[in-house]
Amino acid sequence: MMTFTVWDILRNLLLAARWTVLLSLVSFLGGGLLGLALLFLRIGKRRAGRLFVQGYVELFQGTPLLMQLFLAFFGLGLFGIDVPAWLAAGLALILWTAAFLVEIWRGCVESVTRGQWEASASLGMGYVQQMRYVILPQAVRVAIPPTVGFSVQVVKGTALTSIIGFVELSKAGTVVTNATFQPFTVYGLVALIYFALCWPLSKSSQILERKFNVAHRHH
Amino acid sequence: MSLIAITEVKKRFGDVEVLKGINLDVERGEVIAIIGKSGSGKSTLLRCVNGLEMIDDGSIMVAGAQLIPDELHLKALRLKVGMIFQQFNLFPHLSAGRNVMLSQMVVKKTPAAEAEAMARRMLDRVGLSHKFDAFPDQLSGGQQQRVAIARALAMQPMALLCDEITSALDPELVNEVLAVVKELAADGMTLMMVTHEMRFAREVCDRVVFMHQGRVHEIGPPEEVFGSPRTPELQQFLGAQLVA
Amino acid sequence: MTYRFDFSWLPLYWPVILKGLLTTVELILVGALCGVALGVACAGVRALGPRWLRPVVAAYVELIRNTPFLIQLFFIFFGLPSLGLQMSELQAANLAMVVNLGAYSSEIIRAGIEATPRGQFEAGASLAMTRFETFRHVVLIPALQRIWPALSSQIVIVMLGSAVVSQIAAEDVTFAANFIQSRTFRAFETYFLSTALYLLLALALRQALRGVGSLLFPRRAAR
Repeated sequence: MMTFTVWDILRNLLLAARWTVLLSLVSFLGGGLLGLALLFLRIGKRRAGRLFVQGYVELFQGTPLLMQLFLAFFGLGLFGIDVPAWLAAGLALILWTAAFLVEIWRGCVESVTRGQWEASASLGMGYVQQMRYVILPQAVRVAIPPTVGFSVQVVKGTALTSIIGFVELSKAGTVVTNATFQPFTVYGLVALIYFALCWPLSKSSQILERKFNVAHRHH
Repeated sequence: MSLIAITEVKKRFGDVEVLKGINLDVERGEVIAIIGKSGSGKSTLLRCVNGLEMIDDGSIMVAGAQLIPDELHLKALRLKVGMIFQQFNLFPHLSAGRNVMLSQMVVKKTPAAEAEAMARRMLDRVGLSHKFDAFPDQLSGGQQQRVAIARALAMQPMALLCDEITSALDPELVNEVLAVVKELAADGMTLMMVTHEMRFAREVCDRVVFMHQGRVHEIGPPEEVFGSPRTPELQQFLGAQLVA
Repeated sequence: MTYRFDFSWLPLYWPVILKGLLTTVELILVGALCGVALGVACAGVRALGPRWLRPVVAAYVELIRNTPFLIQLFFIFFGLPSLGLQMSELQAANLAMVVNLGAYSSEIIRAGIEATPRGQFEAGASLAMTRFETFRHVVLIPALQRIWPALSSQIVIVMLGSAVVSQIAAEDVTFAANFIQSRTFRAFETYFLSTALYLLLALALRQALRGVGSLLFPRRAAR
């Protein structure tokens, strides 16, 4: 039997971790864009739009991400396409991420007090101007810490894509375990790599939050 | 023709009729104090004049602009009347100067340099020219309220609505704000103010409106309203004010 | 799309699904009870435990919150046996869920404790209660009440996360779905159905937690 050093294992895992990072970035950015579009429907004036987003959020927050991945994988397959795992993984994660971000951001927009709407209205601003110059600039500042915090969930969420066969850090962990028969070391290292990716994000979210609470102000 | 014409205005919140047919004409340059118990509808009336609340019946006209619930008409109305709020409602993410510049630039499309010059003039007018770069949370309540007044003035409205603008202030800060309002009145600005400052109302206002249960219960020059109240409701209200 | 949906396998396989459903329910019951208990204990230690223990608990919380549940599960099920800790699939799944929820709930509960007005601690002290007595009798219940909605959401998230225990062959709803689709080749229908089951489960769980909340905290909390 071949022997693997810890370094061999780590090197293989780190190579696979690149895909975890890439998938996380794609999911977070894609989910952010979709979430932004949904946000405007959710806080907009049209009832149908609001109801649609509420249903969307209920659906994606009320079902396991793993099921969403399966449905994306096999659902896309129904169209007769041979679905690569990365496509199903990216699609499901984007949809899932958007469902959480839109709710986080809605809370931030609603945290801007009614007085801000009234003051800007009394100065003659229309809805778009109020949003653009008064409400969103304030909401964005509130939104940054929880948004950074949620990015941790996205990174961890990518682990599930290993189950539909996307080869990232978790899948590599399984593959390397099967080759080395050292599950304790391998999964321990996998966990540490995830930790190294996630902890800085968690920490900066906390720091940002504290900074925001101390000074509400800009500059 | 009156600058502000309020005709048979009715307004209800659910089952409660808060305004039961208000008629009030305000002339150019007039200073009106609206007094009354909380729940008498005085703040609601003021908010209707600025289009922050819609009315169910009657009409409100300000210098030819009518209160109609669509963005275009509301904007036209709000360009004629500015509003000052109890809670100041400065934009916390903008400096005092930027607060005053913003709506000039986005609503009136005034060029930045011009808006800034106007902002400096208006801040100077309320005695805060040195606070141009200060942020709202660096200002006292009285200073914030004065910035709010400068912000409304910079839009060059024909009238200002003041909704209990000293009620959220510590007692020692009330006078600096009232002094600014007094100066505006002396300069000929048309003012409608909901207030609890009876002495101020008596000194500065041309007419006092006493509202009771959604109606204009008594109206007249301050010496009449305060000096010889005709109705028991007003007598009781003023008596309570004296004790308080 | 020419695909025709086919649910004809359902009469044959529903007992499999039912068994999976029961396992998932069992997992979340044990997970929620023990996980919240662990969370309370950890939050208690961080508030007034021995100084040397606090960083240990903090490290546990940070480690769990910054790694995927799937890896925690694999580590427990595949990794721990090499330390001589053998356990069944179900035991491993239970343990992983408890450890996971314990970390999250301790953070949530800690926030609730930190929101306690200073006066409450001082009032307790002035009545000659020890710090533990004040925590137990004065601080804890209002703190739990304050964060009950957040805790409920986290329990639902953990329940949905439990779908991955199928990966160590714990026979939950997802395991049932995997099994059925491997026999019937009706993957989309199977996962569609199990997704709907999870959605119903999430709604029911949320409702149940609301009920538990009003049982545990019958009086409106003073803020």
